[in-house]
Amino acid sequence: MSEQLLFAAEVTLNGLMAGVLYALVALGFVLIFKASGIFNYAQGVMALFAAMTLVGIQQGQIPFSHLINAIFGTEIHHFPWHVPSIIAIIAAAGVMVGFAWIVERYILKHLVGQPDIILFMATIGLAYFMEGFGDMMWGSELKTLDVGLPQGLNETVLNVTDKLFGYGFFIDNLDIVAAVVASLLVAALTIFSQYSKQGRALRAVADDHSAALSVGISLRFIWVLVWSIAGFVALVAGIMWGAKSGVQFSLSLIALKALPVLMLGGFTSIPGAIIGGLIIGVGEQLFEFAIGPLIGGATQNWFAYVLALIFLVFRPQGLFGEKIIERV
Amino acid sequence: MFYREAGDFKTSYKDDNQTFPIRLDRAGYWVALAVAFLIVPFMVNDYWVNAIFAPFFIYAIAALGLNILTGYAGQVSLGTGGFMAVGAYACYKLMVAFPEVNIVFHVLISGGITAVVGVAFGLPSLRIKGFYLAVATLASQFFLVWLFNKVPWFYNYSASGQINAPERSVFGVVVTGPHTEAWAKYLICLIFLVALAWIARNLTRGMMGRKWMGIRDMDIAAEIIGVNPLMAKMTAFAASSFFVGVAGALFFSVYLGAAEAGESFGITKSFLILFMIIIGGLGSIFGSFAGAAFMVLMPVLLKNVLVGMMGWPTDLAAHLEFMIVGGLIVFFLIVEPHGLAQLWRLTKDKLRLWPFPH
Repeated sequence: MSEQLLFAAEVTLNGLMAGVLYALVALGFVLIFKASGIFNYAQGVMALFAAMTLVGIQQGQIPFSHLINAIFGTEIHHFPWHVPSIIAIIAAAGVMVGFAWIVERYILKHLVGQPDIILFMATIGLAYFMEGFGDMMWGSELKTLDVGLPQGLNETVLNVTDKLFGYGFFIDNLDIVAAVVASLLVAALTIFSQYSKQGRALRAVADDHSAALSVGISLRFIWVLVWSIAGFVALVAGIMWGAKSGVQFSLSLIALKALPVLMLGGFTSIPGAIIGGLIIGVGEQLFEFAIGPLIGGATQNWFAYVLALIFLVFRPQGLFGEKIIERV
Repeated sequence: MFYREAGDFKTSYKDDNQTFPIRLDRAGYWVALAVAFLIVPFMVNDYWVNAIFAPFFIYAIAALGLNILTGYAGQVSLGTGGFMAVGAYACYKLMVAFPEVNIVFHVLISGGITAVVGVAFGLPSLRIKGFYLAVATLASQFFLVWLFNKVPWFYNYSASGQINAPERSVFGVVVTGPHTEAWAKYLICLIFLVALAWIARNLTRGMMGRKWMGIRDMDIAAEIIGVNPLMAKMTAFAASSFFVGVAGALFFSVYLGAAEAGESFGITKSFLILFMIIIGGLGSIFGSFAGAAFMVLMPVLLKNVLVGMMGWPTDLAAHLEFMIVGGLIVFFLIVEPHGLAQLWRLTKDKLRLWPFPH
């Protein structure tokens, strides 16, 4: 094989891995959208908040220490302990469940029956609130997240491909872990929604709110449940992205990247989110590789959106979305 | 007692259709204009203009524009920042290329150019609706900002990648560049704002506005009763982008003086203006003003109180500002989805009856 082609193959592979990470964020969106019809803009900030909470708990940071210091003039920063990763992850998941409950109790409950666009804007407000809240609670500096995931170049892939093609592929261990975790997560979610009682209730709600209510499914419980699951997915996404590029504000911007993924895959389809993520991941890497240098580079900023835009003009419901039927 | 329509007899259709049917409203409108034009310009200094008046006027223009598109025509847009950038860069290119032409024309032509770009990015709205459209407009936001950063022609190959407003004057008064007097800055923004608000008000209560509202409320039903959705949506995009483009041109040339696409016209600007119209009130001219005033004043106030009076570090105050903005948006959506404009309407209804209970 020619050098160029091998290089393109490597770029594609890396694109696939990045796509998995996009898909992870997109998954959280789809879950909430299916169950409650809410387009949750705050998903990215949830990932950021979850990752911040995880780091904060792990390192024994005192919540709101900056605020306390500013008001009382004290100098406190950390508790004198470090929490093991696994306990910190569980605690962070617990925080996300609590967060889901608060969102349902104080926001969603009051907005039932409002037009979709109002709910969407409420989640934008929520995103802003959480951004400020997270920064205030844990401080806004760049944090490194380390929960013991393998990092760095994967030697095996490098050696095997070197033997096969005479050209070693550079693939990050973390990306492989992310791909495995993402597939496990999707499998777990599928099993949960197909075979458990709550999962069936969840699908019923997604199908028809009022019909689900009439057979005795508690909407409010389902909403808390689905926001908790989305919070958990956000935590996983936050861990992966945080381990890759550090926990910082730009993490919440990957949520924006997940939007074209969703549009491409369709808002209501879990496989759509995965496949959309892979298409966007590969597409933007290849585009940057092939055409980027000709037109100034950094095309990743907009390629995904323009691709989704052009695609939607031809198929407005996305790849796997339900057909939109409009009646007067 | 004073605020009532009783006794204010209308004897012609013209009287009956006027914008402010109540006498006190009319008087208030003229008094506000008189104060804004005849008294305030003599009292302002640099701080007041740069911190409050100029951003308020310019954001109010942008909010009017977005309100036409989102509030009246129902097409949610997250690309306002990108369109403001189009206005700013068009204005810059025109100012540099034709120094002898009056800046007012440059600003208006920049608005026109933005309208054309807006229509181009609005075309997909015929096929894409709701959330899908909101996300699709993000494409314009990111693509336009990237374009202005990466194509050197737009910033005339300057080394810093920035655009700087050269000094230009209107009737001998300098309005752009570093030597601008505070009152000149104030007046040029105010004149644009009043003229555009007048246009927006009359557009939205005329045939055009009714078509937009028909499309907003239910596009298929509107189409059936004879509204052409292509024309209605495209005119909404064009009018909205024109306003936003003028706002962008003023923002760059009069207010900032120097701008860089990613920093001045990023995604945060799009959201800021969206928040203005949500908090102010969707589909209301007054709401655009109220929302812009609120979003401009609140950070200034918070900063003065927290940093100035209580001695908090600025980053902490910034975090609190985020929380307050977010919290307020959620609060407004829950308590009053129609924003400050609806509160104002309710107050007026109460005032009409006051002091009688019924």
